[in-house]
Amino acid sequence: MSAPAPSMFSPAAQAMIAKLGLNKGRANLEEFAATLQELAERDHHIIAVTSDSRGSGKLGPFGKALPQQIVEVGIAEQNLVGIAAGLAAAGKKSFGVSPACFLTARALEQIKNDICYSDVPATVVGISAGVSYGALGSTHHSLHDLAALRAIVNITILVPADNFETREAIRAAAASEHPVYVRFGKAAMYDLHGSNTRFEVGKAITLREGTDVAFIATGETVIHCLLAAEKLAEEGLSARVVSMHTVKPLDEQAILAAGRDCRALVTAEEHSVHGGLGEACAAVLMQAGVTVPLKIVGIPDEDTVTGSQADIFRHYGLSMEGLSQAALEQLKRAESLV
Amino acid sequence: MTDQQLQLKSIQYRQKLLRYITEAGAGHTGGSLSCVDILNVLYNRVMNVSPENFDHPDRDRYIQSKGHSVEALYVVLADKGFYPEAELKTLCQYQSPFVGHPTRKVPGIEMNTGALGHGLPICVGLALAGKMDNAQHRVFTLLGDGELAEGSNWEAAMSAAHYKLENLTAILDHNTLQITGHTRDVCSNEPVDEKFASFGWHVVSVDGHDLTALTKVLTAKPIPGKPTMVIANTVKGRGVSFMENVVSWHHGVPSPEQYEAAQAELIQKQSALSEVR
Repeated sequence: MSAPAPSMFSPAAQAMIAKLGLNKGRANLEEFAATLQELAERDHHIIAVTSDSRGSGKLGPFGKALPQQIVEVGIAEQNLVGIAAGLAAAGKKSFGVSPACFLTARALEQIKNDICYSDVPATVVGISAGVSYGALGSTHHSLHDLAALRAIVNITILVPADNFETREAIRAAAASEHPVYVRFGKAAMYDLHGSNTRFEVGKAITLREGTDVAFIATGETVIHCLLAAEKLAEEGLSARVVSMHTVKPLDEQAILAAGRDCRALVTAEEHSVHGGLGEACAAVLMQAGVTVPLKIVGIPDEDTVTGSQADIFRHYGLSMEGLSQAALEQLKRAESLV
Repeated sequence: MTDQQLQLKSIQYRQKLLRYITEAGAGHTGGSLSCVDILNVLYNRVMNVSPENFDHPDRDRYIQSKGHSVEALYVVLADKGFYPEAELKTLCQYQSPFVGHPTRKVPGIEMNTGALGHGLPICVGLALAGKMDNAQHRVFTLLGDGELAEGSNWEAAMSAAHYKLENLTAILDHNTLQITGHTRDVCSNEPVDEKFASFGWHVVSVDGHDLTALTKVLTAKPIPGKPTMVIANTVKGRGVSFMENVVSWHHGVPSPEQYEAAQAELIQKQSALSEVR
């Protein structure tokens, strides 16, 4: 039995959530499973492939409702990805579903060759991504997946921040004729988007406008950036928040606009600080000649601290407090550079 | 196509693949000579696949898991009319679609392979899709001895039996050699027939250079509920006396003198065959 998980949010952050009136949705994992089932009921070519992971993937109801559309391979991720690729090559829309940590490490060669190099319409779904498994330890963390997959051709990488982005990401993956990777966690997420928000692969969503500092974040760190921006607003600072749900291909225009409009940038991701969103943003900015103080907030290159996902987020500053502090430090750097 | 015509093709395929490997200065000579009779029978006697039906969902599928023996496949696909044979002059050259391992850039290739242990899982997916669609087509893959050390093969072997994929046939190019030496010395896969049988496969052994015998086993009606493993006993480098069973020809490229000697030997075999006719 694991210890009860502490809240992802400090009392002050919870107060901020209440102030913003954010609604608590369900886990992106649950949203994924429901969306996939809804799509699969209409399209019998959608096939889920699992590696003893239908329970972890919340696909129990899918399996019961659509037993002909789920393929169980047992605990064998390499086989899972190869089979998903074969199904896709034969005209199916396959979704290979397994914990991100195993899927994108053990089966990386199958993702690279069978799906991406052959360019078949298969979707790789990394569940319980990042540090979702918390105290289960580094064997169960995926802090490398974005870095590894960014370097592989033909694949689109989607990291949804809330239920809306998850639903849209899965719909986009089902409609895609090329490889897609989607990763998310298993904690309940707050709804970040209004009903008029439009989701487009490769196009970041600006959640909040601002001109002093910009947060560019992906996945389950986005809410913490939004809270940090509100905290900064209380201190009289104007902070932009960009949800970079598509890590590849990157919305370079949104990154450059943030770099040009704001005096400092902070990126946030549930991933190693190496090779993920932050470094991708830095590369875009530097190659365009946009120099602005930038802090990459993620999991540093060290043995990850033991704890729940909430503990790990807090420990490494992926919190309202940590991110607002990072923004202030970058703004101070910006002033010293003037 | 008569047996003799098929035998003639095997000799011609050998002549051609040696030519293109020699011209390119690169290639997997021994394995291509080892598996070319199997490909000859598959493409000319067994599989329903051609340039005309290659977009059709009911075509038979072939995935070459031992992707390094691609020169044999390229020569056979050219003969089947997927592209003019002259294009093979660009093999492994700058900007050529003819990469040193199978690629979908080349007409007639289903999937990109080359990293070992990938073909069988892909074929399980293809065969599952065929069963889901009640399709009649068959799925074939060619495996090498050395690659059976890759665990992914055994994951897929379990799945193929679990899902009762009688529409799947794997062929082992059982020449017993790999890049380092004899498979029995590197990491023995024997008794390979018993291994697959114990995994729930229907296993048959055949002389992998006997075109008639190969035709018989590959056109046999599958055993209901069981995938088939054809253990094709072959000789690496088959058809050129000084290449046969010599490990260094795994990716050895003939010198001009060796090339001439090999062609002379094959021309002699061709003449002998014509005389019989």
